[in-house]
Amino acid sequence: MSLPAEEIAAIRANIASRKTRDLIFTGLGILCLAIAMMTIAALFVDMLVTGWERLRPEFFTEFPSRRAAQAGILSAWVGSVLVMIVTASVAVPLGVAAGIWLEEYAPKHWFTDLIEININNLAGVPSIIYGLLALGLFVYTFGLGQSVRTAGLTLALLILPVVIVATREAIRSIPQMIREAAYAMGATKWQTVKDHILPYSMPGILTGIIIGLSRAIGETAPIITIGALTFIAFLPPAPITDVAPYVNFEWLKAPFTVMPIQIFNWTSRPDPAFHQNAAAAGAILVAMTLSMNALAIWLRYRLRKNIKW
Amino acid sequence: MNTSKLPPTPAKVKAETKNFNFHYGDFHALKNINLQLGENQVTALIGPSGCGKSTLLRSFNRMHDLYAGNRYEGELILHPDDTNLVDPRVDPIEVRMRLSMVFQKPNPFPKSIYENVIYGQRVRGVTKRSVLDDKVEEALTNAALWNEVKHRLHDMAFALSGGQQQRLCIARALATDPEVLLFDEPTSALDPIATASIEELIHELKKKVTILIVTHNMQQAARVSDYTAYMYLGELIEFGVTDEIFIKPKDKRTEDYITGRFG
Repeated sequence: MSLPAEEIAAIRANIASRKTRDLIFTGLGILCLAIAMMTIAALFVDMLVTGWERLRPEFFTEFPSRRAAQAGILSAWVGSVLVMIVTASVAVPLGVAAGIWLEEYAPKHWFTDLIEININNLAGVPSIIYGLLALGLFVYTFGLGQSVRTAGLTLALLILPVVIVATREAIRSIPQMIREAAYAMGATKWQTVKDHILPYSMPGILTGIIIGLSRAIGETAPIITIGALTFIAFLPPAPITDVAPYVNFEWLKAPFTVMPIQIFNWTSRPDPAFHQNAAAAGAILVAMTLSMNALAIWLRYRLRKNIKW
Repeated sequence: MNTSKLPPTPAKVKAETKNFNFHYGDFHALKNINLQLGENQVTALIGPSGCGKSTLLRSFNRMHDLYAGNRYEGELILHPDDTNLVDPRVDPIEVRMRLSMVFQKPNPFPKSIYENVIYGQRVRGVTKRSVLDDKVEEALTNAALWNEVKHRLHDMAFALSGGQQQRLCIARALATDPEVLLFDEPTSALDPIATASIEELIHELKKKVTILIVTHNMQQAARVSDYTAYMYLGELIEFGVTDEIFIKPKDKRTEDYITGRFG
């Protein structure tokens, strides 16, 4: 049977009209994406252009100064790195262990459900609340001072839910048949976790950790709340020394500043020369965050190459 | 069906179930199962989907212990030491060290071929390289895979084809010298050629180990097994020499299933 010419024409007209709507939606989608991307790109480029003159090697090796042209971010980036070390060394073991326990060990009943709901809620608590908690708990109750360790612990609390959730999701993506294969070989629970669950979920866990840290490095509110100094013209004691025992933990107790605080401080000055410094430091902070995210993507790609379900 | 002179029940029993029941929560999945596995023989479990054949097989290595709300009742005895495998006082790890399982879908670990085969030794704490190397060669040879992989033992297991992966899983199960080998529909994810090679392998393996195999493929049961058990709705309907079950089943329900009237 063959269709009359006018019916074939009608089918074609129908396809054409539906495809037009398809095209309209595609265009709309691209437009929305472009608006979002352009905004971010414009902000970054503007910062880069404003701060370009200040992006010199000395900017990284100078302390802040009253003269804008001589001010640098040495104490800020060192502070950020030290705080991140504390944050990572607290949040990673706690978060990963908590995630493993919740997925592999916890019995399923109302109490674990409650924990689960609360972890998801914690991820949504505004960061200033963590700052208030840290001020009351770490600074006043435990007397840890307005120090690197207080800031590190505060940010660790802040990203703990991120690490836990990432760990759980990564573990959940491991097929049950892999667990059964391990148990069927006579493995104990810990052997199954250590030999299989942890290695196979590592790409997802690492991604979560880095995303969490890149959020923490830009956090300002909780750091201000615990009272970070904004003008610091010295470095904390070096963690590694040349006399035995060669490591030194005095830096944990040192006052500090971090990148976002330094930026905030420069922005609030009336002299526009300092705004250049702020823009330059902002561009560096964005670059730090972006390179951490890039590292996360690269690690995930590298480690997942050998894992196919 | 090479052994047509078999007695109606196995002469030498390696494992047996005695009034065995299994419950998934409130669901009574296995009802009063009495079944004997002949030593160095292949016993096939057949029956329609949901009849409990996989549930029974998984009881043999206590896989159900991994999930909450499951309950065993009755006995599942391993001879000659008469250990009741489902006794709560018997550690499931001991059971899984003595009986190995091959799953429905090939499930190698995302590790090298070598590491897959010796995982059972790793679990036991064996670290001596020479022992592990010997074990790998022996198990892969017994699983008819050695010649294909001997030059790439440190390649990832996922690089193998589906049929090779399943033979790798068989090698992994053999490397712990199990007393009983449990197969849960081992060829359901494989093509006919890979299936034929696995069946041939099962034929060879029974010289060394007692085998229990679940299959939904009746021709497969007829080809590989000495004894066959037909299960339906959680009950063992008929058990006997494979030849007889397929040629002249005693129960009407077995006959209906075998002749393809349902299932």
